[in-house]
Amino acid sequence: TQTFICCDLHGLEEGPADTAVLTRDQGLSYYRCMQTIRRMELKADQLYKQKIIRGFCHLYDGQEACAAGIEAGIERTDHVITAYRAHAFTYTRGVSVREILAELTGRQGGVAKGKGGSMHMYAPHFYGGNGIVGAQVPLGAGIALACQYQGNGQICVALYGDGAANQGQLFETYNMAALWKLPCVFVCENNRYGMGTSVERAAASTDYYKRGDFIPGLRVDGMDVLCVREATKFAADHCRSGKGPILMELQTYRYHGHSMSDPGVSYRTREEVQEVRSKNDPISLLKERMLSNNMASAEELKEIDGEIRKEVDDAAQFATSDPEPPLDDLCKYIYHNSPPVQVRGTNPWAKLQSVSSS
Amino acid sequence: MSFLRGSFIDALVVLQMMVRDALNQAMDEELERDERVFLLGEEVAQYDGAYKVSRGLWKKYGDQRIIDTPISEMGFTGIAVGAAFAGLRPICEFMTFNFSMQAIDQVINSAAKTCYMSAGFQAVPIVFRGPNGSSAGVAAQHSQCFAAWYAHCPGLKVVSPWNSEDAKGLLKAAIRDDNPVVFMENELMYGVPFEMSEEALSKDFVLPIGKAKIERPGNHVTLVSHSRCVGHCLDAAAVLAKEGIECEVINLRSIRPMDTDAIEASVMKTNHLVTVEGGWPQFGVGAEICAKIMEGPAFNYLDAPVTRVTGVDIPMPYAKILEDNSVPQIKDIIFSIKKTLNV
Repeated sequence: TQTFICCDLHGLEEGPADTAVLTRDQGLSYYRCMQTIRRMELKADQLYKQKIIRGFCHLYDGQEACAAGIEAGIERTDHVITAYRAHAFTYTRGVSVREILAELTGRQGGVAKGKGGSMHMYAPHFYGGNGIVGAQVPLGAGIALACQYQGNGQICVALYGDGAANQGQLFETYNMAALWKLPCVFVCENNRYGMGTSVERAAASTDYYKRGDFIPGLRVDGMDVLCVREATKFAADHCRSGKGPILMELQTYRYHGHSMSDPGVSYRTREEVQEVRSKNDPISLLKERMLSNNMASAEELKEIDGEIRKEVDDAAQFATSDPEPPLDDLCKYIYHNSPPVQVRGTNPWAKLQSVSSS
Repeated sequence: MSFLRGSFIDALVVLQMMVRDALNQAMDEELERDERVFLLGEEVAQYDGAYKVSRGLWKKYGDQRIIDTPISEMGFTGIAVGAAFAGLRPICEFMTFNFSMQAIDQVINSAAKTCYMSAGFQAVPIVFRGPNGSSAGVAAQHSQCFAAWYAHCPGLKVVSPWNSEDAKGLLKAAIRDDNPVVFMENELMYGVPFEMSEEALSKDFVLPIGKAKIERPGNHVTLVSHSRCVGHCLDAAAVLAKEGIECEVINLRSIRPMDTDAIEASVMKTNHLVTVEGGWPQFGVGAEICAKIMEGPAFNYLDAPVTRVTGVDIPMPYAKILEDNSVPQIKDIIFSIKKTLNV
């Protein structure tokens, strides 16, 4: 099916093409991806309320089209880095739901063996998961620098939120990325709230796609997976062709609060959340598009839902039954490729030894 | 590279090299050896380095490998760490470590902790280097010693060379290390020449990180120091030798990991310990050494409590007389040794 792509442009003569094609296979793939993310995040919510997940847990439900669309618009060999609302990207970059949930529950079967938790999950060409707001953006530009240096034609997608958009280090990064023409796509996932602060209260200019100033920018509907994909392709091509960095703002929404400790209704109304859910849900949008274009049947999609439910339930089962890491892991992987060093424990007689990774 | 002919010993020519040239040689050799190594920082390329440590490197290696950055420490340090994530081996220069405070989050949270948080999946082979500690007349904001701050953090290695051999061997080791290494130089040492052995001049001369060196053996008291103060300790030892007091001077070389074994072995021989550093006393390198000695076997060999000689616990003043009296002088070291020995 063909669909109309709508974009606001900054510093660009042309944006992505007006229309994009969605094939049946693609549609099913994006549907499966987004639904898996949705169910995974809701499962995490459940496990958190059961106190099986602890600490920080920042959920992505509502924003699925961003992660799915970006992955559809880049190559596997490209690079992605994001902030702490990272479970979805961990999945799209190739980590199983099982390993993600087991990391959230702090088990040895977690993708980071229980050493990282929600905000520190890594995979090939995926650099987390970063807890310090904004820090991931210069890191992303550095990854892009490595791509440029190595001449491998790869790009880096560096994501941040509307909150991080006001961090000074972003502007330092924009400057260097533009100066050196780094192949970096800066993506602002604008979900309208930085924790409890709405964009109007945080930013003198909420046109985040223009904040790169001399860096060209585009703004798209982040609830439409096709728009995200097309904008991402356009942005990636821009970088790959040596034109330098580009900034992409995705207008999106999170159903949950900032984290599990935030009910998310003190700074926005339940009506607003409900409105987005009923009129703009990314998964519903794709589903309706596919059904109304006879690209899939309702039964087919329901079957996929069933498969996903099972996958997520199995993953949760694993995540709750897998053992916690052994105490021996305390001093593992402080260093890489390094001789062991003595590590002081809680008291002078607790002499531990580090084991490095290799 | 500038060198002065030293004395002839048999047929051997002893070369003297300044610390800055030793650092330059280290970087030059490592840039040549591994194309993933690159240098970035303010003025490192076309200016030849604010302190000329990177002189000639841009001319030799070009824009891609020697990168001048805008004045954006937090930004360029993050970029350097990101490059290390993705397969390169950056040397990130801070014009002085005072400016690293702008970027310290990237050093600690993005570099130091990542290998651990990722359970060994993501290594961070990066060197953060630059002058540390007091200089001459640069006043409070430009004179702080960051050894204790960085050495506090697991995941980092922290190295503090004294002479040219230290500088070259440790910098090469730091660049070859697959972990984040904080490499603290000293501006006042850049122009000081030292003998360089044949071995030290070779392209594969690497010193182990985590091992101290006994610069001068002695039986009566152990002096432990790092960076410029090592020289002061040797000067104090020379004076005291005339009075029959033999000091064993240990050059730490590494602050983290620290060669506690070397210190303990020495204290078990001399029974007296004096630490000497340029940084502030509270929570400092000397304080850590005291704690380590108390917790280990050497405690029972002490005939007196450990003495710390440190910078004065004040922001660095400007006037020369005040500045001179803000850092340990040789007379302070001698005084402290004699007090410790009760002579």
